[in-house]
Amino acid sequence: MKRFIGFLKKEFYHIFRDKRSMLILFGMPIVQLLLFGFVITNDLKDVKMAVVDHSKDEYTSEIINKITSSGYFKLVKNLDGIAQVDELFRKGETKLVLVFEPDFGQNLIKGSKASVQILTDASEPNMASLEVNYLQGILQNYNLEINRGKIVPSQITPQTRMYFNPNMESVYMFVPGIMATILMLVSAMMTSISIAREKEMGTMEILLVSPLRPLQIILGKVTPYLFLSFINALVIVGMGYFVFGVPVLGSFALLMAESLLFILMALSLGIFISTVSDSQQVAMMLSMFALMLPTILLSGFIFPLRNMPVPLQIISHIIPPRWFIVIIKNIMLKGAGFEFVWKETLILIGMTAGFIGLSVKKFKIRLE
Amino acid sequence: MNSDKKVISVRNLTKKFGSFTANDDLSFDVYQGEIFGFLGANGAGKTTAMKILCGLSYPTSGEIMVAGLDVYKQREELKRNIGYMSQKFSLYEDLTVFENIRFYAGIYGMSLKDIKLKSDDLLKKLDLVHARNKRIGELPLGWKQKLAFSVAIFHNPEIVFLDEPTGGVDPVTRRQFWDLIYEASRNGITVFVTTHYMDEAEYCNRVSIMVDGRIEALDTPEGLKNKFEAKDMDEVFLRLARKSNYKE
Repeated sequence: MKRFIGFLKKEFYHIFRDKRSMLILFGMPIVQLLLFGFVITNDLKDVKMAVVDHSKDEYTSEIINKITSSGYFKLVKNLDGIAQVDELFRKGETKLVLVFEPDFGQNLIKGSKASVQILTDASEPNMASLEVNYLQGILQNYNLEINRGKIVPSQITPQTRMYFNPNMESVYMFVPGIMATILMLVSAMMTSISIAREKEMGTMEILLVSPLRPLQIILGKVTPYLFLSFINALVIVGMGYFVFGVPVLGSFALLMAESLLFILMALSLGIFISTVSDSQQVAMMLSMFALMLPTILLSGFIFPLRNMPVPLQIISHIIPPRWFIVIIKNIMLKGAGFEFVWKETLILIGMTAGFIGLSVKKFKIRLE
Repeated sequence: MNSDKKVISVRNLTKKFGSFTANDDLSFDVYQGEIFGFLGANGAGKTTAMKILCGLSYPTSGEIMVAGLDVYKQREELKRNIGYMSQKFSLYEDLTVFENIRFYAGIYGMSLKDIKLKSDDLLKKLDLVHARNKRIGELPLGWKQKLAFSVAIFHNPEIVFLDEPTGGVDPVTRRQFWDLIYEASRNGITVFVTTHYMDEAEYCNRVSIMVDGRIEALDTPEGLKNKFEAKDMDEVFLRLARKSNYKE
């Protein structure tokens, strides 16, 4: 055990003395999070909006007033029907169309139920969903106002339709996405590079000749990154929550347990990569092309999987972050419990076991 | 030869990679305190044999005892009793001199108190006291090499394996390096060294020359020169190497 602690100490020296490692470890998650966060949660201001008012009563004009006076939206056009909507969207003349049903006011008061349709140009999916959220907020406020002191509450039901991208991914996607990317990067890439460095420098042979067991060496290499990755996971979730208001609706413990599992998976992948690469450069290239790009492109982080060609969708099944993103999205944003993510969890466990198995096998071949 | 106690005893060591035989029926002994030179052209099988002796690789067949221990069955004990320095330089550049010593001595289970005492002596001897807290990367190559050797024998092994330890080092530093090897040998540490510098072969007590995976000659440098009627080890080596069937 004393030997192992000595080994750990040395690993931490390596990490803390290498500026590049430190930057990747602590600079990158924060910068990425801030970048993505602020790019996506750009405040709304004067979004162009058109209105189709089939009712034209005091309620609809009051609602329109409320919306335009919020400063978020700007009325650019009054339309007679929705026939022109598609063209307007394509020309970019409006980003949003609000459609009031006929007799909106009547329905709201007498029938206590009125519906309004929100049509958005979702070719910029994140903006579109943000706009809808803002609009719904305004509608809800108005709804509360008119309900004050009433026995039978009235209900405005907004119906949203996204043009061009009907299956919108959530605006909060970037937190799960960045979490997967960073954990993958720190765990898999940095461990594989650090093990490959020992091989390249010839120190691995010395370690193997020493009384340290191979398992101790590997654990010693991996433990610091396990620890640091976990801190990263906490930082990302924490920043998401406090800076961007991304909620954790489900169990926090489950979220952290799943993150730990993903870190273990990434670490075993890193070990596997290091067994097939003899130099830091090879390890870096492998991690970059085999891990980073698929993580960003094929995990559903930025580009929705549904819209991809079928072959790419099939390939995405072997990309571990794909499953992890589903898991944390469900836990964080939908508040799902373990019963909803056990399948994905099982897949990650299987992958972890697979990578460990492959590494052990590779390692034995080397000894023979 | 300081002793007739066998520290390495190899009988019929064979190592095959598929159909290629890297080590073909090697048998030899190395005695305590001896400096044993293990020579051969590139690809002759030196490194393979050395790795087997260190427990880094398994032989296909043969009986091998190192430090009185069986390399098959007693690997873990064996590892405590050997030191190793590879041709690639092997201290951590981003750790200081003392941190390197502490790390390597630590993995051999030495106590921190012993490490401190012994490293002070060592640094005095090597004239490196001022560099105790400098990072290895800042030191000149010659010093690093000497330090690497000293670290390899820091835990007082019975035998130290040196795999082409003086590659890329200038002649003066090489000479100083060999002074350290002699000192270790005087202290009873057996030195098993591979090299392709023939002038270094002259420094060894005994030398074996491998050609195509077999030991073609094994004797003192003087004995070999007499036998082959050669003026130096270079000539001995060339005569033997010509027998090689190995084509690059």
